[in-house]
Amino acid sequence: MSTEVRAAGPDGTNWTTWLRTRIARTVPPGQALPDRQPTYVASWIYVFGVTTVAALLVVLASGAWLALGGAAWWHVSNLGRFVNSLHLWSVELFFVFMVLHLWGQFWMASWRGHRTLTWVTGVIAFVASIGTAFTGYLSQSNFDSQWISTQAKDGLNAVGIGAWFNVLNPGQMLLWHVVLLPFAVGVIAVVHVVLVRRHGVVPPIGAEEE
Amino acid sequence: MTTTIPRQRRRVREAADFPTRPYDLVKEFVAALVVVTLLTVGLAAAFSSPDESAITMRRWAQVAPADVVATATAELAGTSASATYGPPYNHNGSGQNLLGIPLQQWGGVRLPVRSPNLVLQPLSDLVATPAVTAALAAWHRASPAARTAWATAYGDALAKAPGGDPRKVATGNYGPVPLMAVGLLALARSGALEGSLTSSGNFYGGDQTRSLLLLSDGAYLEDQARARQLGGDQWGMMNETGNYPGQPWMWLYTFWYQVKPFSTSGNADALVWGLMLVLTLLLMFLPLIPGLRDIPRWIPVHRLVWREYYRTHPRT
Repeated sequence: MSTEVRAAGPDGTNWTTWLRTRIARTVPPGQALPDRQPTYVASWIYVFGVTTVAALLVVLASGAWLALGGAAWWHVSNLGRFVNSLHLWSVELFFVFMVLHLWGQFWMASWRGHRTLTWVTGVIAFVASIGTAFTGYLSQSNFDSQWISTQAKDGLNAVGIGAWFNVLNPGQMLLWHVVLLPFAVGVIAVVHVVLVRRHGVVPPIGAEEE
Repeated sequence: MTTTIPRQRRRVREAADFPTRPYDLVKEFVAALVVVTLLTVGLAAAFSSPDESAITMRRWAQVAPADVVATATAELAGTSASATYGPPYNHNGSGQNLLGIPLQQWGGVRLPVRSPNLVLQPLSDLVATPAVTAALAAWHRASPAARTAWATAYGDALAKAPGGDPRKVATGNYGPVPLMAVGLLALARSGALEGSLTSSGNFYGGDQTRSLLLLSDGAYLEDQARARQLGGDQWGMMNETGNYPGQPWMWLYTFWYQVKPFSTSGNADALVWGLMLVLTLLLMFLPLIPGLRDIPRWIPVHRLVWREYYRTHPRT
């Protein structure tokens, strides 16, 4: 007697099996965490994608550590100042790696072979990261925050969005910095990585066609 | 009769169609995480991070008292930058437009700030000297035209006084304005001005909009920033205090402010934002734009990336 388990519910409306099938179709098993890569993947330029993700994790971890002490902790504590320094330098590294990754993907024309959305999500992640870093400067509650906010308000007000994104309100900027924008960067980064794994590493230019 | 034989469609090779070699993604990620963490710790230990204290109203009053008095007078006269700003703070200016499109006007006045209140409200809320209390009463009794005339005349007189020193101002009909401006200076010196502007009756004051507008209406903040090479025309938007990298990823945004027509335009902010939006969209949709998407084929940097592949596949 056959004991085969049906892939879907009797009427095909099982949401769980639908989601499982959808996930498996998006990134087939083995493709999410591959143990083999095409032989053309042999350059240091490929390192910068994974270092960008690694730096993002260090940014998030150091930011979470800063959040434990509160907004003003790092001004009055040597440990807090060091954690702030970790946060600052991890952000600088994050951008260095991300920009190198972006330039690398540009020169490899990595949008080829149905990878346009991968490129688009990468650019969105880059822009969202700039916004996140910017709100970090506004949340420092020091001279830099005062000067940067009073200058930046003119750009935002000039295009009519300054009232909704008020850079002179550090409470609002802190929440954007620690909740809304990191969430956006995190989600788009996950989508980007999923798309990378789904399509695999782009073949060399000229090698795609048989 | 001729028959057309359809050309066989060329199959596009996917990544999975190429020969493979063993690869450990998780090990690579863990190694990257360790290296990046060590790099971060090393940089943080070696260079720390900048933290120059915020300018307090007390410091402003102690170091540049004439600037505080001049700023208070400008707020009362309605001639300060925030008084004439327009949306989102008031209707006293048209704001910038982007190629004729009044986006700033469309945003509306949603953070209303009456510039005289940046002076009147702190003076009214806090315990003041009898002289300041009397000056406030005289201000409120006067007509709007008289208030403006007093404040404007006093502002002009301050501008002509040596060093803007209120003590060296020529005599004139300034009404209660000198007493009110000096009263605000005293409040700033006491350290109570920030709290009054920020809390406005709310115990948990967390919005610095009004205190930052008042501070930036003065010259002191900008003087301090320019002394640190942080002015808008000094690439200041991407820099920070001290010898730190700041936000170099904003170099292109900052660049436009250094060149004409942006550097001399009254609509510079709107124009730069509009231009950066267009450039960002071009970057985002670059794969769909003929010409731009072909640059990597024309300039064969990819030959360096895949040099091993091209060496073993010379025909590609």
